[in-house]
Amino acid sequence: MKKISLKDNIWLKIGILVVALIGLVVINLFLDSYKVKVLNLCAIYIILGLSMNLINGFTGLFSLGHAGFMAIGAYTVAILTMPLEAKTMNYYMKPMVPFLLNLNLPFIFALLIGGLMAALFGFLIGAPVLKLTDDYLAIATLGFSEIIRIVFINLQSITNGSLGLKAIPQMTNKFIAEPLGLSSKTNLLWAWGIAILTIIFMQVLMKGSYGKAFKAIREDEIAARSMGINLFKHKVMSFTIGSFLAGIGGGLMAVHLGTIDPALFKFALTFNILLIVVLGGMGNIYGTVISAIVITVAMEALRFLDGSMNFGFFTTPALPGLRMVVFSLALMVVVIFKRDGFIRDTLEKVRGKYAKNQ
Amino acid sequence: MNMSIQEFLQHMANGISLGSLYALIAIGYTMVYGILRLINFAHGDIFMLGTYLTFYGIIFTPIPWYIVFILAPALTGLLGLVLERLAYKPLRESPRITVLISAIGASFLLQNLGILVFGGRPKAFPTPAILEKVLNVGGVSIAIVNFVIPIVTVILLIGLNYVIQKTKTGMAMRALSKDYETASLMGININGIISITFFIGSFLAAMGGIMWGVKYPQLMPHMGVLPGLKCFIAAVIGGIGNITGAVLGGFILGLGEILLIAFLPTLTGYRDAFAFILLIVILLLKPTGLMGEKITEKV
Repeated sequence: MKKISLKDNIWLKIGILVVALIGLVVINLFLDSYKVKVLNLCAIYIILGLSMNLINGFTGLFSLGHAGFMAIGAYTVAILTMPLEAKTMNYYMKPMVPFLLNLNLPFIFALLIGGLMAALFGFLIGAPVLKLTDDYLAIATLGFSEIIRIVFINLQSITNGSLGLKAIPQMTNKFIAEPLGLSSKTNLLWAWGIAILTIIFMQVLMKGSYGKAFKAIREDEIAARSMGINLFKHKVMSFTIGSFLAGIGGGLMAVHLGTIDPALFKFALTFNILLIVVLGGMGNIYGTVISAIVITVAMEALRFLDGSMNFGFFTTPALPGLRMVVFSLALMVVVIFKRDGFIRDTLEKVRGKYAKNQ
Repeated sequence: MNMSIQEFLQHMANGISLGSLYALIAIGYTMVYGILRLINFAHGDIFMLGTYLTFYGIIFTPIPWYIVFILAPALTGLLGLVLERLAYKPLRESPRITVLISAIGASFLLQNLGILVFGGRPKAFPTPAILEKVLNVGGVSIAIVNFVIPIVTVILLIGLNYVIQKTKTGMAMRALSKDYETASLMGININGIISITFFIGSFLAAMGGIMWGVKYPQLMPHMGVLPGLKCFIAAVIGGIGNITGAVLGGFILGLGEILLIAFLPTLTGYRDAFAFILLIVILLLKPTGLMGEKITEKV
């Protein structure tokens, strides 16, 4: 009899996936709405973490422009899904351009268009900027993300400027919860479904010839070029795919939050994703997934640090900022003492593998 | 466009003083990059620290303000040196990206420590009365700070030039930025020189911070982010690693920003985008900057 191994049995994999999805629907019904929100955010950060890891970790292009691409995705989704009444309510300072006012698409199309818009901008920005290396690329992409933000503040008739957009339609699990007599909450299937698709996509991509080319570029550009890899084409491709996923993540984020404004898409947002990628290990898919979940949950769980603390015999005053001090310290400690990231290391120990690259 | 000559001169004075501030901060970036090939992301936050230290020095100590204006930057310089020891020195042999991530972490750490220690609410900078006066020169009224800032900047630049061109330390700095490895083989105390570089850069950033506080008297823990990014851009425009270039870049950026708003008021909202657009144009047309040397990579 043949032993069933996880590695090559596709039906087993599909089985696990189906069970996981059913589990997700059940969890969705019975957890309280705050926990569902946190779980939803975990999935969004998995997508964002993977998209940054594709650019930074696998291809070795140090890009800091994620917040900008997320902004494009988020605004596209918000504008395309908001009904007419919500739009007239939001745009009271300066009316919206008529063309967009009556535009209303189903969520799935809006999300896809959001991703495609981000990818388009990623392509347009990437084509000139990816000729730069290392830190110049970092600062140029950061610059582009700031430019996108500033443009969004100023394009009042399209983005509503710094007032932001409120009442973005939510995706709930009403269609299952209501017949069962339960309260409806954020539908986890969207974010988690897309997160799972992203994980599968990343695995397929990295196993294929494109993935190998990306990794070759990361290791040594000159050697990769002499092997006949078209550097420019692959760099632009990795950057565009990464931007697409960032746009999707941004769109999901807009729906998750229900309210967006340009101040949300500052560099601090990119920093959160960078934290996930660095802690999970550059160029590691499962590391990123685990680290996205750990960081998102920790970010929520450690909220008490910012508030006042009661130690029984004395109470500390509220300490806003302490939470992010902890996370910035965590980033620095990991970078200084453990370059490859905690989770990657533990994963390798668990599997007993010592291969350097996945 | 009808702008009176008085108005134009006012804008020029404003632009020159802003440019001086950018120049002072940009020097710190360019000196560190010259030696370590590192964008010191935390430099803008060091600038913020310097301003806050001055604030506390004036408010909570009996020390006269003109002495605080020297002491606080010196203390900031020491903090810069400590930052280098803790966040960058352990990564001397690591890839550049790793050090850059550490620098980004340091920047966020300082900002959030700022919120934690100084509080998130804006504070008003205690400007000495003598610097608040407004001069009236032939119909052009110019705040006295707009005169003081360029003068102080020039004095500091002369001092810096002396240190770099005439002293042994300066010679060692130049040697390190030309060729790190050869210089280290020549018996130069690398760590000492790097510490001094960080001290000087942070000192100048704090000096810029004080004058920034006098010009725009509102202190916030995030106040260093945008000036920090812009001054890095100034350093890139001038040719990173080149001190004269950094000063030139600072003035181009400061004057450009002010004159852009003066002549095209409709673009006021895009003021902060100007620096980034300039950066990208420079990077695409002349990546080594206006005064930078061409670097070729060896295989």
